[in-house]
Amino acid sequence: MQRPIVVQRPPGDPVSVLRFEQVGYRYPGAAVASLAGVTLTLEEGEFCVLAGVSASGKSTLLRAACGLVPHFHGGEFSGRAVVGGLDTRDHGPGELATVAGTLQQDPETQIVMGTVRSELAFGLENRGLAPAAVARAVEEVALALGIERLLDRVPDELSGGELQRVALGAALAGQPQLVLLDEATSQLDPVAGDELVGLLRRLNEEWGTTVLLAEHRLERCLPAADRVIALAQGRVAYDGAPAGFQRWAAGAAPELRTPAANLLSGVGLDPGVTGVKQARAALRSHGLLADDGSLRDHDREPEREPAPEVTGWRRPVSRRRTVVRGGAHALRMRGVWHELHDGPAILRGVDLDVRPGERVALMGRNGAGKSTLLRHANGLLAPTRGSVQASGRVALLLQNPGDYLLGERVADEAQPAELARAGLAGLGDRHPRDLSGGERQRLALAIVMGPGTLPAAVCLDEPTRGMDRGFKDQLSDQLRSLASRGCAVLVATHDVEFAAAIADRVVLLAEGRTIADGPAPEVLCGGWYFAPETARILRGAGGALLPDQGAALLRRRADSPEPEPEPEVVA
Amino acid sequence: MRYRRRSTPLHAARAAVAASYGVALMTCAVLFMSPVVLGALLVTVVAVAGVARAGDELRRILPYVAPLAVTAVVLNPLFAHQGLTVLARLGNVPPFGELDVTLESVAFGAVAGLKLLVFTLAFALMTATVDPDELLRLARRVSFRSALAASLATRMWPVLERDGRRLAEAQRCRPDAGGNENRRARLARGVTVVRAVATGALDRAMDVAATLELRGYAGAHRPPRLSVPWSRHDVAFAASALALLAIVVAARILDIGRFDTYPTLRLALGPRELVFGVALITLALLPFAERRGVVR
Repeated sequence: MQRPIVVQRPPGDPVSVLRFEQVGYRYPGAAVASLAGVTLTLEEGEFCVLAGVSASGKSTLLRAACGLVPHFHGGEFSGRAVVGGLDTRDHGPGELATVAGTLQQDPETQIVMGTVRSELAFGLENRGLAPAAVARAVEEVALALGIERLLDRVPDELSGGELQRVALGAALAGQPQLVLLDEATSQLDPVAGDELVGLLRRLNEEWGTTVLLAEHRLERCLPAADRVIALAQGRVAYDGAPAGFQRWAAGAAPELRTPAANLLSGVGLDPGVTGVKQARAALRSHGLLADDGSLRDHDREPEREPAPEVTGWRRPVSRRRTVVRGGAHALRMRGVWHELHDGPAILRGVDLDVRPGERVALMGRNGAGKSTLLRHANGLLAPTRGSVQASGRVALLLQNPGDYLLGERVADEAQPAELARAGLAGLGDRHPRDLSGGERQRLALAIVMGPGTLPAAVCLDEPTRGMDRGFKDQLSDQLRSLASRGCAVLVATHDVEFAAAIADRVVLLAEGRTIADGPAPEVLCGGWYFAPETARILRGAGGALLPDQGAALLRRRADSPEPEPEPEVVA
Repeated sequence: MRYRRRSTPLHAARAAVAASYGVALMTCAVLFMSPVVLGALLVTVVAVAGVARAGDELRRILPYVAPLAVTAVVLNPLFAHQGLTVLARLGNVPPFGELDVTLESVAFGAVAGLKLLVFTLAFALMTATVDPDELLRLARRVSFRSALAASLATRMWPVLERDGRRLAEAQRCRPDAGGNENRRARLARGVTVVRAVATGALDRAMDVAATLELRGYAGAHRPPRLSVPWSRHDVAFAASALALLAIVVAARILDIGRFDTYPTLRLALGPRELVFGVALITLALLPFAERRGVVR
């Protein structure tokens, strides 16, 4: 039987799904409050994006909305939070789960059952729903999220993206009034990320579900949002429409602005746009884009070198991984296959050459084989067919930098010179866990780079997951510096904007095969999903990937005279 | 080792029935000491694992259980000083005293090892073929808090396993973890990883517990009874389990499969034992003859 919950709506406020009144919160033992005087109201059917740099209080606000703060985490809580008519001081997360579905950052710890079907059914069974209703809800949510083929699979066999969708399914199965999502797209490839945002919008429009989505990649979700709440140091710094947010961010928080807003600012236009469509309309209305939305041919940059040929199946050369010092390539892979025993082939005859100092982004959907390829480059895995050659050591930074940090002090992990190089001098006595996400990443990178000579290549697996733009800029600078010293850089990433910022070449994988390999502008300008926002706005014109490049291109167009019309040929 | 849904009659049976079938096989291993019966049971378990496509799971556990079985064979003669047939007189061996290795004590150790092997393999077979979620659901109807603890434990194991794999992989990426690292350094690194996984277990448990909270587990009530109609596989395996238990009890009453080790070896090996062994194998394998409707 379902446990009866008395929902008392305040008079005159019949549709507020979430109401915070002067909410403040400090984690146990923390010196600084994570939330301070937060007052906000979410109405039924709103799609709200929660923006802010790392540690601004986004996750804590979501935890306060689902009841984990203060019931689970303890600490000092002040003010009043009411979710679906339930005061969080009187009702714990279990009761609040009937009105608010929550999806947290790490999908691995959000799966508690042995099969996907049981996972989706678990919350509903706990609410005492009849078996037939549970079965129907499971089927419906699985179909809605496209995970129906996973229903009888065990979670351990699923990729990070699949796990994320299953966890989202578990949060949505009960059709909650409010969905709280913390960096829900951080593990997803661009296609799955866009699909997820589209699905949330559909739930929002068709079911009236209120969505509160904390996200760093704002360009992905702003077009779907009705409202943006920006947090800074635990306080609400902005609360209003997405277009107004872009204008506000231009002055108050430039690191939160989207590439579209930066592009428009770069050409002196109002940055108050929320997506590609609005940005194009703004540019067209100022004559910077032609009526058909294109730039003229004479604005295009000169032709670049042709992309290396993508070859098909090759005969395996050797199963060995060799180090050939002084070669022309930092890393060379020939016909690399990785076939699981009693399972599928993860890599299928991949050829890849990376020159010293080259910066390569490895992209593709979840499960395309990117992480496996990096493990082959480093030698953690040996190819079942084919060969891998490196001109020296290949450093590999895996997805979780914390996995490298097992010592009690930062100084135990790396030598003082390495810490200084990583900008961590003076932090030697701190515990690695007390470092910020960015500092931990830098320390882990310093560890894998080692104290001696620079490695031939450094590979990074999803280094920007859950990181804000400020950190990404720092990492870009660091990788550029390494490449300028002759170290090849190979980054597997779902973050198209980051790939556009650091890569001079992009390799696109699909089902273990290379489907595109070429200069970054060539690969990233041509697609729908694997294309940065600037390239989508300008339809790939001039190979511009970043707002600065796009703005420069548009300014050149504005300054250049219209080409003379060609004389009409009269027959 | 964990459950994976496969297209076999045993996987198609409901969890309660499949578990009863596994318990029947384990009961048989517990009640008999006869090497003939245990041998027949070993054949049964291996054959069932083969047709239930759980052979890999059994193979995976064998390296862990086989040394234990061998240990039983080696240790028993050291501690059991009974038996009349002396194989070797080892004299005064501290701390065992006057040590005579007898045929009977060796045989007892061997049978104990075989029993341990059969029981563990039967348990592994059950683990690989019974849906733990369905079992936990049944447990929630009986004891809520125990089921919660079991939910946490069953989920924590694969999470920690994956953590350990990830940490070990990260440690292998350190430049000082090259191929020329000596055994001692490798061991020290392994200990560091195990320690890190153990200390991280509390954090992981907190994460999983938070998820359970968010799924409403703390406030949940007894789940409603599911009225799923009995499939042909439910009926077949329930009948097989009952029949197995019945013949095991009958065999004990009729003193079939008697085996005495001390003071001298006495093994009952006649037509009754052979029939009993064949009956065990046949009854256990019969439900697999029906393959209609095995895909869920």
